[in-house]
Amino acid sequence: MTDLAQLLVAGISSGCVYALVALGFVLIYKATETVNFAQGDLMMLGAFFALTASVMLGWPYWATIVFAVTVMAVVGMAIERLVIRPVLGQPAFTVVMITIGIGYVMRGVVTMVPGWGTETYQIPTPFAEAVLPVGGVVLPVQQLAVIAMTAALCAALYLFFRFTRIGVAMQATSQNQLAAYYMGIPVRRVNMMIWGLSAGVAAFAGILLAPVTFVHSNMGFIGLKAFPAAVVGGFGSVPGAIVGGLIIGVVEALAGYYLPEGFKDVAAYVVVLVVLMIRPSGIFGETMRKKV
Amino acid sequence: MSFFAVENLGIRFGGVVAVDGVSFEVEKGEVFTIIGPNGAGKTTIFNLVCLIYPADTGRVVFEGRDITGLAPHRVAELGIARTFQNIELFEHATVLQNLLIGRHRHRRTNFWQELAFTRAVREAELAQREAVERVIDFLELAKYRDSLVAGLPYGVRKVVELGRALATEPRLLLLDEPSSGLNPEETDDMAFWIEDIKKHLGITVLMVEHDMNLVSRVSDRVLALNEGRPIAEGTPAQVQADPAVIEAYLGAAA
Amino acid sequence: MRFIFKTTYEQDLRLFRHGGQAFWYGLLLAALVTAPLWAGEYLMTQLVFIAIYSIVGFGLMMLTGFTGQVSLGHAAFLAVGAYTEALLAARGVPVFVSLPAAALLTAAVGVIVGLPALRLKGIYLAIATLAFNVIVEEIAARWESVTHGNAGMPVAPVKLFGRELEGDGGFYYLCLLAAVLACLACVNLLRSPTGRAFVAIRDSEVSASSMGVNLAKYKTISFAFSAALTGIAGALYAHKVGFISPEQFSLLVSIELITIVILGGVGFLHGAVLGAAFVIVLPQVLSIAKDWLPEGMAPSGLQAVVFGIILVLVIIFEPMGLYGRWLKIRTWFELFPFYRRGMFRRQRSYLKTERLR
Repeated sequence: MTDLAQLLVAGISSGCVYALVALGFVLIYKATETVNFAQGDLMMLGAFFALTASVMLGWPYWATIVFAVTVMAVVGMAIERLVIRPVLGQPAFTVVMITIGIGYVMRGVVTMVPGWGTETYQIPTPFAEAVLPVGGVVLPVQQLAVIAMTAALCAALYLFFRFTRIGVAMQATSQNQLAAYYMGIPVRRVNMMIWGLSAGVAAFAGILLAPVTFVHSNMGFIGLKAFPAAVVGGFGSVPGAIVGGLIIGVVEALAGYYLPEGFKDVAAYVVVLVVLMIRPSGIFGETMRKKV
Repeated sequence: MSFFAVENLGIRFGGVVAVDGVSFEVEKGEVFTIIGPNGAGKTTIFNLVCLIYPADTGRVVFEGRDITGLAPHRVAELGIARTFQNIELFEHATVLQNLLIGRHRHRRTNFWQELAFTRAVREAELAQREAVERVIDFLELAKYRDSLVAGLPYGVRKVVELGRALATEPRLLLLDEPSSGLNPEETDDMAFWIEDIKKHLGITVLMVEHDMNLVSRVSDRVLALNEGRPIAEGTPAQVQADPAVIEAYLGAAA
Repeated sequence: MRFIFKTTYEQDLRLFRHGGQAFWYGLLLAALVTAPLWAGEYLMTQLVFIAIYSIVGFGLMMLTGFTGQVSLGHAAFLAVGAYTEALLAARGVPVFVSLPAAALLTAAVGVIVGLPALRLKGIYLAIATLAFNVIVEEIAARWESVTHGNAGMPVAPVKLFGRELEGDGGFYYLCLLAAVLACLACVNLLRSPTGRAFVAIRDSEVSASSMGVNLAKYKTISFAFSAALTGIAGALYAHKVGFISPEQFSLLVSIELITIVILGGVGFLHGAVLGAAFVIVLPQVLSIAKDWLPEGMAPSGLQAVVFGIILVLVIIFEPMGLYGRWLKIRTWFELFPFYRRGMFRRQRSYLKTERLR
């Protein structure tokens, strides 16, 4: 029983990271119908910026989070402005390929920067190694902190979308671009900010992930699991991304424990194939039909 | 036994009943038109017949055979062709290639023969080209033959859409608002072609249309729909004079 | 400027539009056939790889470029072909039997992978193929009794009539023959009803099925054909590198394969060859450029950066790919001085409905 509880917490904790990456990814998809294959690499870059602030500049943990998120928000906006905007209107497939290209560039640049390179690094956190006994079960504080911080971020984002002007504008552009234009919303600028927000969320996810996988140039591949998460939860649904991420995280943790070796790595992909065959629109997604 | 019959067809989308118990029969060789205000369910009926959406109730019978629930390509193989309201052409192909796809149901060669491009395939291709050229002649599309559809004006695309449907050599042709978006000259041409299709090609035409002049000119019989239900049926003159129809379009006298 | 006045339907069916084209392609073929005589060993190796990747390019181009089914998992087919060939070659099966066997088995896998395609479109299909790739890679790593797992598996050289084929001799001709046959197969399909059905599915599924095209059947055929070609390429690849392991068929490889199609030019068969050549040649060029890098920069990153930048630039500035650029250049010369800048402009689609094909 205690094993199960520990597994669940571990699964939810890693699920939180997937959820955040999926969240960033779904934000972009909802607004511009762009599938951003570079989301994981944005996460990786954010982790590296956090690493720089924390290890090389010696800043405290919370300051590095703010720093990394802010820097990545700017990077995200720059990417949208310079690379994505020129190709708006081209078939979706082409835009996907551009994001794949961006991913390559980010990975390559990171390995080429002196001081970063191909090494693996660690970011010191205030929770390292501490454990918390909860009703007979011993849980790592790190995992609990990840869950708590993710929940806090989700709450913040909810408030942001609900009560701030920019948040409402973002919702508007996501639902109906033309109507948003008519209402005077600067749609292209809002899309740029959505990219910035998404990249910031990715950076946050990267920092949360760092203690588990350590910081290195290939850590973005974990981000690939955000796709199954987004599909399971329902493409284009923000709560779906979070629920999907948690589901994938828990399934993975259980698969790693109960199933033979190797199943853990493919668990997410098997789940997504099953979901795609049975109910492609996922849990919260909507089916759209072409009107002829 | 009629050539084509729809019995008690119905479908709802959520709470909206788009088509509610519609029945009618089409005789072989006639031009039968469905009219009605927007949202009356006319295009939906077409989509139900071709199984773009499955119907909730009712059946569709073609030449004595129940075709309700058949896959769209099977419906096409039986000799029913349709055009689309919002032109669904293959944009990145030429007019010729679009028309050639219309010949698909007359294909006699299989994958392996085509892989090797045997003599049989070559001869079949030439035969298809000839058939398509007849359609091109009929619709006077010769000068657009090798143009990419994407660059053509709207009027021409409508004609290509018609041509593609004709290329299938159908026995029943479903035309969805053939004159929408066309100027009076082009509508005139369309009227001539529909008459020719009926008289010279012997194809039965089931049409949805708004333009009353065109309707009066080419139709043998008309069915008026309103809010998914039939309200009048008869010759064009009869239907246009029917009070229920006038009320649907113009409103009742105060 | 050459105008071609067609007087017979036959002329539409011909492989070459006019004698000039036949001449240039003939010259190219002659150069390739005599390559062992004038090309050094290094160039021969590159040509073999280009041939192999061209075959994959043809397969993927038919599936993604002409039928519109996105596949982000083609490396899985490469793996199936490679491992099948390795197993058969180890048992001494002659290559004229093992290659078709690899093709058939990979086609069967292609049919299975194509099953989700019948109901999925766009990004969903891409994710499904991606998932397949990861699963196949994992199977290759775990099924150790068959594939030797992560340790990898050596591949015996090709045996033809009892003799082994050398790299710059018999094996090169085998690859060249396979590439030419693959190209011919694709061209034949494209000028017959099956190819037209593919293009119809790409452009508008609704009207394709209304014209009598059985969507499920043709999507499956497309997947199977594409997989078969990739399987053959995988088999040849296995022999060329002599040693295969699961990580050679990872997701990154799948993405490389798709970039062959994109860089070459989506919708043009020539693009497959150009894209393959580019992807093979680029790392060679970069390894020369590595010597000029300043201190402290890891050279491994350079390839990723350049690759990514080129991909992005090509998509932004030349969506029709390398072949598209060549077409424009050639048309500029042909029409000189009447070339107009907007000649090849394609319609942009911003509407959501356009994406719901």
